[in-house]
Amino acid sequence: MKQARLLLEDGTCLVGKSFGAEGTSVGEVVFNTSMTGYQEILTDPSYYGQMITLTYPLIGNYGFTRDDDESIRPYAFGLIVREHAEYMSNWRQEDSIDEWLKLHKIVGISGIDTRMLTRKIRLHGTMRGILTTGTASEDELQEVLRNTPLITDQVKNVSTRSVHISPNTGKRVVLMDFGSKHNIQRELSERNGEVISVPYRTTAEEILRYRPDGVILTNGPGDPKDVPEAIETVRSLLGKVPIFGICLGHQLLSLACGADTEKLKFGHRGGNHPVKEISSGRTVMTAQNHGYTVTAESIDRTRLRISHVALNDGTIEGVEHLDFPAFSVQYHPESAPGPLDSGYLFDRFMEMMEHGKDAYEKKGEKVRA
Amino acid sequence: MPKDLTLKKILVIGSGPIVIGQAAEFDYAGTQACQALKGEGVEVILINSNPATIMTDTNMADRVYIEPLTPEFVTQIIRRERPDGLLPTLGGQTGLNLAVELAKQGVLEREGVKLLGTDLRAITCAEDRDEFRTLMYEINEPVPSSVIVNTVEEAVSFATSNGYPVIVRPAYTLGGTGGGIAKDEAELREIVDNGLRYSPITQCLIEQSIAGMKEIEYEVMRDANDNCIVVCNMENFDPVGVHTGDSIVFAPSQTLSDREYHMLRSSALKIIRALDIKGGCNVQYALDPHSFQYYVIEVNPRVSRSSALASKATGYPIARIAAKIALGYTLDELKNPVTGQTYACFEPALDYVVSKIPRWPFDKFISANRRLGTQMKATGEVMAIGRTLEESLLKAVRSLEIGLDHIELAEAKQLTQEELEKRLAEADDERLYLLGEWFRRGCSLETAYEITKIDRFFLYKIGRIISLEEKIAKEESLSHELMLEAKRMGFTDSTIARLRRETERHVRDLRKELQIKPVYKIVDTCAAEFEAATPYYYSTYEQEDEGKKSNKKTVLVLGSGPIRIGQGVEFDYATVHAIWAIREAGMEAVIINNNPETVSTDFNTSDRLYFEPLHREDVLHIIEKENPVGVIVQFGGQTALNLARDLREEGIPILGTSLEEIDRAEDRKKFEKLLSETGIAQPPGAAVTSIEAAVETATKLGYPVLVRPSYVLGGRAMEIVYGEAELRQYMVQAVKVNPEHPVLIDRYLLGKELEVDAICDGETVLIPGIMEHIERAGVHSGDSIAVYPPQFITETHKQKLVEITTNIAKSLQTRGLINIQFVLYKEEMYVLEVNPRASRTVPFLSKVTGIPMAQVATRIMLGETLQDQGYEEGLWPEAPEVAVKVPVFSFAKLRRVDVTLGPEMKSTGEVMGRDRDYARAVYKGLVAAGIHMPRFGTIVATIGDKEKDEAIPLMRRFHQLGFQIVSTAGTADALEEAGLPVRRVCKLTEGSPNIIDLIRKGEADLVVNTWTRGKTPARDGFRIRREAVEHGIACLTSLDTVEALLTTLESIHMSAEPMSPPVVTKKQEAVFIG
Repeated sequence: MKQARLLLEDGTCLVGKSFGAEGTSVGEVVFNTSMTGYQEILTDPSYYGQMITLTYPLIGNYGFTRDDDESIRPYAFGLIVREHAEYMSNWRQEDSIDEWLKLHKIVGISGIDTRMLTRKIRLHGTMRGILTTGTASEDELQEVLRNTPLITDQVKNVSTRSVHISPNTGKRVVLMDFGSKHNIQRELSERNGEVISVPYRTTAEEILRYRPDGVILTNGPGDPKDVPEAIETVRSLLGKVPIFGICLGHQLLSLACGADTEKLKFGHRGGNHPVKEISSGRTVMTAQNHGYTVTAESIDRTRLRISHVALNDGTIEGVEHLDFPAFSVQYHPESAPGPLDSGYLFDRFMEMMEHGKDAYEKKGEKVRA
Repeated sequence: MPKDLTLKKILVIGSGPIVIGQAAEFDYAGTQACQALKGEGVEVILINSNPATIMTDTNMADRVYIEPLTPEFVTQIIRRERPDGLLPTLGGQTGLNLAVELAKQGVLEREGVKLLGTDLRAITCAEDRDEFRTLMYEINEPVPSSVIVNTVEEAVSFATSNGYPVIVRPAYTLGGTGGGIAKDEAELREIVDNGLRYSPITQCLIEQSIAGMKEIEYEVMRDANDNCIVVCNMENFDPVGVHTGDSIVFAPSQTLSDREYHMLRSSALKIIRALDIKGGCNVQYALDPHSFQYYVIEVNPRVSRSSALASKATGYPIARIAAKIALGYTLDELKNPVTGQTYACFEPALDYVVSKIPRWPFDKFISANRRLGTQMKATGEVMAIGRTLEESLLKAVRSLEIGLDHIELAEAKQLTQEELEKRLAEADDERLYLLGEWFRRGCSLETAYEITKIDRFFLYKIGRIISLEEKIAKEESLSHELMLEAKRMGFTDSTIARLRRETERHVRDLRKELQIKPVYKIVDTCAAEFEAATPYYYSTYEQEDEGKKSNKKTVLVLGSGPIRIGQGVEFDYATVHAIWAIREAGMEAVIINNNPETVSTDFNTSDRLYFEPLHREDVLHIIEKENPVGVIVQFGGQTALNLARDLREEGIPILGTSLEEIDRAEDRKKFEKLLSETGIAQPPGAAVTSIEAAVETATKLGYPVLVRPSYVLGGRAMEIVYGEAELRQYMVQAVKVNPEHPVLIDRYLLGKELEVDAICDGETVLIPGIMEHIERAGVHSGDSIAVYPPQFITETHKQKLVEITTNIAKSLQTRGLINIQFVLYKEEMYVLEVNPRASRTVPFLSKVTGIPMAQVATRIMLGETLQDQGYEEGLWPEAPEVAVKVPVFSFAKLRRVDVTLGPEMKSTGEVMGRDRDYARAVYKGLVAAGIHMPRFGTIVATIGDKEKDEAIPLMRRFHQLGFQIVSTAGTADALEEAGLPVRRVCKLTEGSPNIIDLIRKGEADLVVNTWTRGKTPARDGFRIRREAVEHGIACLTSLDTVEALLTTLESIHMSAEPMSPPVVTKKQEAVFIG
């Protein structure tokens, strides 16, 4: 079998076997600790520009199926595993992991001590790396790595280019697509929501012209500060229409309200992250995928209050606006992959749209009491 | 929520003796819980009848009661201790049933004891099939269509309208006792009839068969604030139809997509919420392999065998956290003890594959039905961890200690294709190896799937192992790449050597030359996302080694592997004590073990835990890594001792009694020499290596003779043989059992058996105590009731025992523990057996004498003397109380096994009865062992000719106690001749009503049967005994046990005697005569 190599910024060179597409890819090397859901992870547009290390050693066991795609095509830049399944077994399987990665031209490497790599990332912080099936020398690869500029236009590459609508009979929701996962739309559709997906650069004026009952700010890749135009849009929408932000959308809402964001050492990526809802005191398991976070101290100078925190490191996982019907969470209530514990947030959004902000406030008070 | 401050004193119920379906996992859970509660400053009261556990050590709770687990005794303790709360969820089904009983009797309410962890409604709801189904309908969780029945007819009517096969599940039974799958009406009638009898509420669930679906389990936890997490999910290799305790299991699930995983996860959370459980819970599912359809099979509202496995598989200490939840803590307040920085409210992420394989007792019960079904048959299990599924699985195989280092069974090669297919279709304990054979024959995966319904993913993995075998065998030379692939797939050097027709040594040298050696990785609950402090390791073949170096001296302790008959939790007890002693001595204790149920594999117990096979190669790798000052092998039973021989060859220092001396005790010739030099008597006998020599020797000695292979534990394959034909038959089997070692033949001396455990430092010999066995020689020491201190021997006998023990211990230059078994025959003391290692009586004797024997022995191995520790030579003063150790059997779970006691060990566990006199101690012991003691009623006596004379006075005593005696012709004649009234019944061959009819009708209260000892299930005696066991009637096969029972019955019996006529003086007499 063909060899593949992964070279990291710190000079680490890991040799493994090639699977999926051949070629060379440069990206940020991150790890995800979910034990299932590799397809949803690979098709989550938030991974644009990143090479994903999966810590669970056996990947591809149940194959791939069109049903589980979270976007039209995958955006991850590479996949690093201990072992990719040569054989798959599940009633819904369509493609094997090897076929699927080849189809989508994603470079894969297997046979890697992924635990060692994870420990490195944990200690060192997220690093950039170059993954290749070619024969270039390590020096040459380092050279390429150094010369590849940092990307800042991730959202542009994953957001929809045109407006499209999924008609339905319920509330009309404008979905600002920063790299949306399909399941956000499925959650809305399940609640009879009519979803109008718009490109990330759509202005507030254009959005309001759809007469939406609410706006969803979706997840997406990269640094929220790389999309200043969206922050502007959100600021203009505040108070005019109920807003629900998810992941990048949460960071954008926070920035629009005057808070700040910062990069985490190695991010939160996995399906087992405990998040505590302050009002109820309850902790739920959440799916997470983010490298940036809203800075805790920066909240004080805003009209936001912290609604959710990460149990383990105390970082902000959710905020709500004190004056306007707007709230957001850093994690993925739409799951896919991950625990289904937070679907209630979509219900809350629906209610907010139904009753306006007052009702939401009242309900909030009740929960808090 | 902060902890509930009203809970100052808590009563914890243990699970009692080890039986099939309830093993050492509850010692692990109970120990963790007690430690957790004590750590919170709560006063802990513990009750458990099992002395062989760490949890019943006096330092585990503030007060430990080793008393029968019955409502009467627990009530007595509640009244005396007045606890604020009762924690029943860590004592298995036993604990839960007791709690239900106490609540029903109103004891808890009356005494103001709060039930902690799970409320009564949840327990009954999860356990009572009807309530459970109703709840599942309410919350919209699918269950297979089913009906609750109280009669056989109702069951038949359901099956007639719903079709066969159907599953029968009796309510409130352990490990599915009495259940099964019925393919037709006849089977259904038999199983339901049986199941109704086992169910304490005479209730069975008859269920639509979902056999063939995937079986998936979720371990869930919840606190009072409704925070819920899934600790682990697991996927069974065997599809639904095989009891999960008898299934090979992988963690996490392997073939579930994220959607399926979370669909079931959400269901599990919904269920634990609906049941309002505060603590741990286990939910089992059947998942259709062709759709999203699933069914809830079962819920255990408590810590279970699966949660012990999940704890070890993930590193998440379920029992410890469950205990804290019971105190009122919430998950988000508790730290994850593995990382020390994150919280217990999270879901572990695994970055390895865990395999569990059950350990079955079929090597001991040759005649048992090996088919696996809904009734659990395994006595224990092993777990293994690897970075590939193949590695994990093969490590588990070699952890089993069944003589295999690979999925290769020599016997399988002999099977015809037809036989192979037939055996694959009906799951038995060897199916995994038969699948190996299947692929070796080049048969197809698809056909294997059709036959077994085992997921193709797992079949493919087995096939892949076989293809690699072929590759290794075929390649001209072993390249680095191939060697690495083989090691990553879990192949041992010995397997590779076999495939290459080379020596293991050669492969090992080559591997080292290629610089391929294992690395050790940490089990950390979080897939390396956070720094972990836990010293919990497994080996694999990758790049980075996470092992930490330490400057302290290290001592390696070899554990005892899976629980099996003959090597039970007693050995884990001794192992844990050895670890404690090493740590106390300021050294680092490193343990290797692979049994997920035990305290020794709790990462808190030792300085470093290697969860690895106790296989030569794996152990040597760890030794190379740890470079210990020595290895302790005395506590791991025969497992560790066998390994010691391999270690010696590698020049690794063994601490304690030297191997040369151990050999002197175990090698027949050397041992004879030793005894004759010291003038100690031994039953005459010889070691033979051929059948003819055996016959010749036996003829010379005179029958009956005791035969056994050398180097045995638990009397494996030991038998009393009464004639030549039987001997020849035995030799064929025994030699097959152990071809490398000779067979020992001894004269069988029918006398009183005695047992001594001693500790020696080479100079001084301390004898903590002498135990007297109730059953005479010929019944395995592990199966007889042992009494401490001895009741029926003289001071002179005791002196003789002390003298011989001291003599032997010194002659063998024992450093550590030694166990000697004696038989007192015609006033002469004979030595039967010397075991220069920890025996299964160590925990019992440690508890009744107060001497921590394993710790004292360990300190000797580390260089201290007995004197240093404040002990003197000789017999330790006897305790004033009498204690008995009563064996507990699991016969009800094992069809076609004869319940007769003999030289081969059959018990799975033990209990202790202790009180101020012998009769009371025996009473408690028997009650604790679950023997229903009739105070009146009918006793069915069928006595062999040899024992009739002896039986008559015993039967007379029963008569005097008011029992009605029922017998068949032979016994009846003898009893009537002795003037006893007898009711006659037919022999089985004589038609109805016969003994079995009587038993079936519930008209027998006790069965005494000494007939036709033998292995043929067809014999009458065998059938009577089985029938008794299956109907839950005490069946005694040794007159000695009968005698002990009688003594007890008499002591609690208020006699009713007619008044004597007036006194007649001699003078009056004379007058009358005159």
